[in-house]
Formats: sequence, structure tokens, C-alpha cells
Amino acid sequence: MRKINVVDIIETVRDMCIQANCCLNHDVTGAIITGITIEESDTGKEILSQLIENATIAENEMIPICQDTGMVICFIEIGQEVYVDGNLEEAINEGVRRGYEEGFLRKSVVSDPLLRCNTGDNTPAIIHYEIVSGDRLKISIAPKGFGSENMSALKMLKPSDGVDGVIVFVLETVSKAGPNPCPPIVVGVGIGGTMEKAALLAKKSLLRPLNETSNLPHIAELEKTLLVKINELGIGPGGLGGNITSLGVNVEVYPTHIAGLPVAVNLSCHVTRHMEVVL
Amino acid sequence: MKIELTTPLNRETLSHLNAGDIVSISGTIFAARDAAHKKMIALLEEGKELPFDVRNQVVYYVGPCPEKPGQIIGSAGPTTSGRMDAYAPKLIEMGLLGMIGKGERSAAVKKSILDFGAVYFGCTGGAGALLSKSIVSQEIIAFEELGPEALRKLVVKDFPAIVVLDAHGKNLYEIGRNKFEKLK
Repeated sequence: MRKINVVDIIETVRDMCIQANCCLNHDVTGAIITGITIEESDTGKEILSQLIENATIAENEMIPICQDTGMVICFIEIGQEVYVDGNLEEAINEGVRRGYEEGFLRKSVVSDPLLRCNTGDNTPAIIHYEIVSGDRLKISIAPKGFGSENMSALKMLKPSDGVDGVIVFVLETVSKAGPNPCPPIVVGVGIGGTMEKAALLAKKSLLRPLNETSNLPHIAELEKTLLVKINELGIGPGGLGGNITSLGVNVEVYPTHIAGLPVAVNLSCHVTRHMEVVL
Repeated sequence: MKIELTTPLNRETLSHLNAGDIVSISGTIFAARDAAHKKMIALLEEGKELPFDVRNQVVYYVGPCPEKPGQIIGSAGPTTSGRMDAYAPKLIEMGLLGMIGKGERSAAVKKSILDFGAVYFGCTGGAGALLSKSIVSQEIIAFEELGPEALRKLVVKDFPAIVVLDAHGKNLYEIGRNKFEKLK
């Protein structure tokens, strides 16, 4: 067994929360810069330029790219030969607590969805665990803002709806979201599994950099088709009209039941915070 | 061309604005989002006064980040305005003239904007670091217990925004999208 110290986990999660919120990922910066050259709307070009200027200020001053520094989603891949010398979940939440306090990030979590009292330290994180082989611990962090989260949707399609049904549902979701999720958006799609698995796939797909496509040829094709069609909706940067509504579409799939075709669409704003560290 | 606006606003100035006009706002504005709006409306229902006189004022839908030492305010971009739709008509009826945020508004808010000659401005969602540079001071004036959702008085200088819903019923989101939509 390989021992991993909780102190290292706390420090790593702390640093990742700050880094993910203040430094725009380079794949996103690249997609926005490309977008400026493609965008036909002058207002759209201006908004994309503002996002680049904004990212520069954020990184130089280490202040959040957006005031919605999100709820922390944490994907843990823990090797079967790893021994953590303490409580892993408490360590992750302690890292979040320190990151949000010491990084001057906004605390946006309420303790009960109906009573709505701010927990004051942005905990708890949403943690997904996966046990894998090996002696490593991989931590992926994706703080998620709710402007875009709120516009996400899930639908249980019929197998007969097929790929066309998937396309229609994704377009409906993006169209209905309009300006709300702060376009240009990143669109995460999960297809297959069960209801909760589709949602998780959609969320997880947002971890994949924009310059990487699916390894499955038919899914890579679907990603391309969806991106073209979404950008034909005309929503544009800021929702003010234009042809860069989305910077990228990531689709993940999983085996499903003979009777089902679950589809989840998780929208994300341009920030699409994600980073990973292997301990 | 950029139109300079100074707060408090007046209906005469707003009547000349059109959806799509780029504006630059200077003066005092008030920061409030979900929980502060809920509390304000609760105060009114109890027959009490609001923490500030909304007449001719502008509310910015924002919950800023905490400021770093030496900073005036942390990142401070717009939040989704639609969540304030339940509360906005009452404030507009009381004389609120401007709202700054992002995203669509309900039919009820659009009607109030038309009826009372108010304007809904949009600013760039996701540009909170950049927008914070246009805020020259902040002060919490009520509901401090709400943390990021506390009601704040902000002084802004050349705050960049765009007219989304003008006082005549035009909607930039519709106009812009129709112009670029290719899937008709």
C-alpha cells in the first residue's frame, strides 16, 4: 500500500480551487481567440475580446475570472493500493474551505436547499469517487457556476428517437437557455446509462479540454455536428446575437438498457473550470 | 457610439435609449440579488421602508467576491436576472428605473418596464474581474448576514453596459438572435 498524507490532499485541493477560479484554461483561451476571428457580429467580437481582457486581469492579479466561483465538483480516482492516513472526504472539504477563504473566492453554498443558509465556507463539495487499479490518487476539480448549471436539462428519450432525437434535445436545451448561461458556452452531453449516469457523464465531459474530441468516431462526428448546429442558433456571445454561441461540445457515452436512451445536457459558461492533479 | 449615463436616472433620458445602445454608467447604483430582493419585498409586505429609496435608481444584480487586501471589491459581474423577476415589478412600480444583469426577463417584468419607462441593461456575464475595475467604492447598507448577497451601495465610473430592454418594448436578445439565426 502507498500512503498518502491528508495534509497533501488538503493543500492540493486548496491550490486547485484558487488556480481553477483565477486562471482560464488555455484550451478555452484558444477557442475564444479563434472565435473572435469567426464571429460575424461586432458586438459579439467585442464581448469575446472582453473575456480575453478579463482573463488577463484575473490571472495577473489572481482574482476570480467570474464572481460566481461555483460549487466545487470533485472527481476522485483512488487506486486500490492507496492508503489515505485520515478521512479523505474531510480532507477534500478542508481544502475547499481553505481555498475559498484564502483565495478570496465567493462562498456560494447554502446548507439546505429550502432553508437556504449560507455555509460560509463553500463546503460541502460534491464528490464523486471511482476506485481504480494502481497506487495513485487523481483529483479533478471543476468548480461550477450556477448561471449555466440552472439551464441544464435531462430527458429520457426512446431508443427510436436515435441520434436525431439527441440533436433535437441538445438544441432545444441550448435554445431555451438563450443568454442566461453566459454564452459562449461549453456544452457537455451525456448519453446512455441511467438517469443519474447520463447526468454524471455530461458533467464529466466538461473536464475534457476543448481541443480534444471523443475517441469514438461516431461521437466525434456528433460533437462536430452539434457545434455547427448550436452556432447556427444565432444566440452569440452574451446572447446578443452572433455565431459563436458555443466554444465546444463534449459528448460522453455509456452502455444503456434496451428500452432506454437517457440524454443529459450540462451547460457551462466559458470559464469551464477544470484541472487535475495526480498524487 | 457610447452614451454616458449618470445616476440617478430620469425617464426623459431613458426614453431616448434604444435596445443595442452601448452605455457607460457613472454614479451610485445598488447591488442586490436573490436573498436581498426576497428580504426587501418582505419588508414592504410588513409595511416597512426599504433600506434605500428606489426612486430613479439602478439595481445591479450581482453578488461580488470578497475583496483582497487593497482591493475595492472582488470580481463583480452580473448574475442571471430572471431569478429576480418575481420581485422586480414591485420595485419598478415604486420608481426603480434601471436594472443591470444578464439573461432574459419575464413577460411581467417586460410589461412593467414598458408601463413605467424603465430600462434593463445587460453587461458581460463572466467578465467579473474586468467589470470590478469600474467600481470605485462599495458599502454594505443592509442584510450584512447574507454575505455575498448583502445589499450594497456601489459607486461606479464608466461601467460598460448595453441596453437590452428599452422603454419602448424592444428586446436586444430577440433582435440580435434573429439577425444571426440560420436554422429558421
